[in-house]
Amino acid sequence: MENIGLTHILFVSTTLFFIGVYGFLTRKNMITMLMAIELILNSINMNFVAFNKFLYADKLDGIFFTVFIITIAAAEAAVAIAIIIHLYRNIKSIDVDEADIMKY
Amino acid sequence: MNTDFFILMKSEMSLTLMIFILLILKVWDEIKDNTTWLYLVNFMLLLNFAIGFMFNGDGSLFNGMFQNSPTLALEKNILNFGTLIISLLAFDWLKSHKHVPEFFMLLLSTLLGMFFMMSSGNLLMFYLGLELASIPLAALANFDLEKTKSSEAAVKMILLSAFSSCIMLFGISFLYGCTGTLNFAELPSLLGSGHLQILSLILIFIGFAFKLSSVPFHLWTADVYEGAPVTVTSYLSVISKAAIAFVFISTLSPLFINLQSMWYNILFLSIILTITVGNLFAIRQDNIKRFLAFSSIAQAGYILLGLSAGNQMGSTAIIYFLLVYLLSNLGAFGVIGLVSALADKENISDYKGFYKTNPMLSWVLAISLFSLAGVPPTAGFFGKMFLVTAGASKGNYILVIIASLNMIVSLYYYLRVVKAIFVDPNENPIAKVEGSLSSKVGMIVCMTGVIIVGFASNIYDLINQLTH
Repeated sequence: MENIGLTHILFVSTTLFFIGVYGFLTRKNMITMLMAIELILNSINMNFVAFNKFLYADKLDGIFFTVFIITIAAAEAAVAIAIIIHLYRNIKSIDVDEADIMKY
Repeated sequence: MNTDFFILMKSEMSLTLMIFILLILKVWDEIKDNTTWLYLVNFMLLLNFAIGFMFNGDGSLFNGMFQNSPTLALEKNILNFGTLIISLLAFDWLKSHKHVPEFFMLLLSTLLGMFFMMSSGNLLMFYLGLELASIPLAALANFDLEKTKSSEAAVKMILLSAFSSCIMLFGISFLYGCTGTLNFAELPSLLGSGHLQILSLILIFIGFAFKLSSVPFHLWTADVYEGAPVTVTSYLSVISKAAIAFVFISTLSPLFINLQSMWYNILFLSIILTITVGNLFAIRQDNIKRFLAFSSIAQAGYILLGLSAGNQMGSTAIIYFLLVYLLSNLGAFGVIGLVSALADKENISDYKGFYKTNPMLSWVLAISLFSLAGVPPTAGFFGKMFLVTAGASKGNYILVIIASLNMIVSLYYYLRVVKAIFVDPNENPIAKVEGSLSSKVGMIVCMTGVIIVGFASNIYDLINQLTH
């Protein structure tokens, strides 16, 4: 069996990215949509780490970027959940189909 | 070195200082009165605006992570000025709100994020600035705490802005894979060919287009603008959009320097779609905030038109146009904010017969709308003229003709509002609205600006000189 190289990891991370996009576009539950966003962010993290390890191992740019993405993802999730809870108090639901006061 | 640090980062440091002062005063818990808070914040913003003109430096810090130049200082001054006016106009809405200091802490955090984004010399710094600018904005959109519409707008905004930054980050990760660097200074020369590079640049462009709300990534704009409080809407449509446009000029278009033809084609498609769709949808709106949302989408198309020129004249035209757009849009939002806060009316049909009861406010709204449409005596005309002239320098006359025809369409829907105000009869129009001193000052500044910026040619010359 051959060694696992950059291509394998890129394949996994791209698959993960599109699973995330699919989830974001099809799910109706707001928390699940947030989870889909986390999936996409994780695929990006994998990309950065893989590129750094296999191609540019002399500098640590990619690893640093990953650390910052993880931090910001946490901040984003915190604000998003706070807003979703606030909306839940008003409409008693976290389904995006229920949040349809404003339409064309 | 040490003095360099203070001079180059002075705008960022004064904003950080203001955030901490507000935080400490809030914890200290001695100021009970909203009016005191608002006067204090307005005074600090005025001071911050004045500091922007002093000690300008040129250089970079932290290994090229952060850079500053006279052009960037000018752009930051424009944004500081806009924030000051927004804070003045917000007086009547915030007077009775329970969380005034929190509002300004969030507002100044987003402004700080925009400054870092504009000054960034590295994609990591840029991403941090972008997130600092967009996460607190979603919290601000939720600031009408008892209204469901406001929460709905905030949810739509945070989910879509997170999604768009994910797409942009995916592009950045591939760009890193192709080139091995995140530095804006080194990137342009390493780019040039290869499908992966083109894909990554297109993904990055999509992320930007989301934030600038250009078609086909504009769908969040109307809902968020309608649901958010008027002050936040004006901030979103003016300051946030201007910051993204400044980043477009200073960092994004240099990235495409070796891919000129592809960059131009992307912009070409984006401009035509943005201007046309924005204008056509604006015609059928009745909610005035939604109407201004679509009009601001169309204006974003004109900004991109100036950008497509890709030369120094284009950047001068964009900065000048954004200054004019800031003044005229804030004038319109000032009136709408007053009416929304004091009379709770937000539909164009409610404005029928507005002239009978509020002649002064009617004139402010009318002049602002004329300036947005680009009618000659106002500054809006000159702003549009420079943008279209810059766009024509590439010799693509189809684009310029479509843009000019769209101006006629836009004149139709702006005049529809003016007609409702001045001509249409109404049995019981909106009662007399009496704004506070602050909002009056804000509107007077806007109106003077709209008239003067068009005629004082040295403002254009100054911008032209700085962008060299």
